Amino acid sequence: MQLPSKNRLVELTDQPIDADTLTQFVTTPLSGAVILFLGTVRELTQGKRTTALDYDAYPEMALAKMNELVSETAEKWPVQKIALVHRTGHLEPAEASVAIALSCPHRGDTFDAGRFLIDELKVRVPIWKKENWSDGTTEWVHPSAE
Amino acid sequence: MKTAVITVNVRKTEHMKITVKLFARASQLARASEVEVEVDGGASVADFRKALEAQHPKLKPIAGSLFVAIDSEYSSDDQVILETAQIACFPPVSGG
Repeated sequence: MQLPSKNRLVELTDQPIDADTLTQFVTTPLSGAVILFLGTVRELTQGKRTTALDYDAYPEMALAKMNELVSETAEKWPVQKIALVHRTGHLEPAEASVAIALSCPHRGDTFDAGRFLIDELKVRVPIWKKENWSDGTTEWVHPSAE
Repeated sequence: MKTAVITVNVRKTEHMKITVKLFARASQLARASEVEVEVDGGASVADFRKALEAQHPKLKPIAGSLFVAIDSEYSSDDQVILETAQIACFPPVSGG
C-alpha cells in the first residue's frame, strides 16, 4: 500500500529530536499500536569511552533512501503513519541520533516494521558517525571497511 | 523529390571531468569534500574507480570498500557514467 506524504514525516535535522512530536504525529484514531524507537549515543564501546559522536550525511541521497525505506515498510506492513528522523552534527552520550515512530492496527506489525526500518537504515542510508574517544583521538566508523 | 539524409554527428566526448563528492573517511583521506576525476567519454563505474584511485592515490587505503552513488542511487560497476550525473563516493555507512 502507498503511504501518502501526509502520513509520513522524513527528516534530517541538526537540532535535538523531539520524540513526543513524532509519537503524536503517528497516533491516529484507527491505530491500535504505536511504537517509538530511539537510537542513542552510547558512552562505552568495547571498553573505550566515547565523549561524543559527529554525524555526517549526504543529504539528498539520505532523504531519498529514507523515503524509499518508508515506502517499502508500508508495502510490507499495514502501517498507518511513519516518522523517520535522523540527526546530524555533534551529539553527546544519551542524546538521540535517530528516531522511528509508527502506527499500525495491531502491535505485532509495529515491532516488525520498526525493526525492519532501523536495520535497513543502518546499511542503506548514507550517514556516518565519527567517534570522539576520551583519549582525544577521533575515528570514522565504517563497518567491514579495512 | 529528393530524400533528405540527415546525418547526426554524435561526437564522442573525449574526456569528461567529473566532480565527485566525498564523505566521512574518504573526505578525511583526500582532505577535500569534493575532487575532480577525468575519465573517457562512455566510461563505466569500473573505469571511474580505476581513474579515481590513479588520480587520487590518497584514497587507496579504502578504494576497495568505496561505494559509488550516481544521482542518489547505488551503482553497479558496469553502469555508464553520463557527464550530467551527480557522483558521490563513500565508505560503508554507519548511521543510526
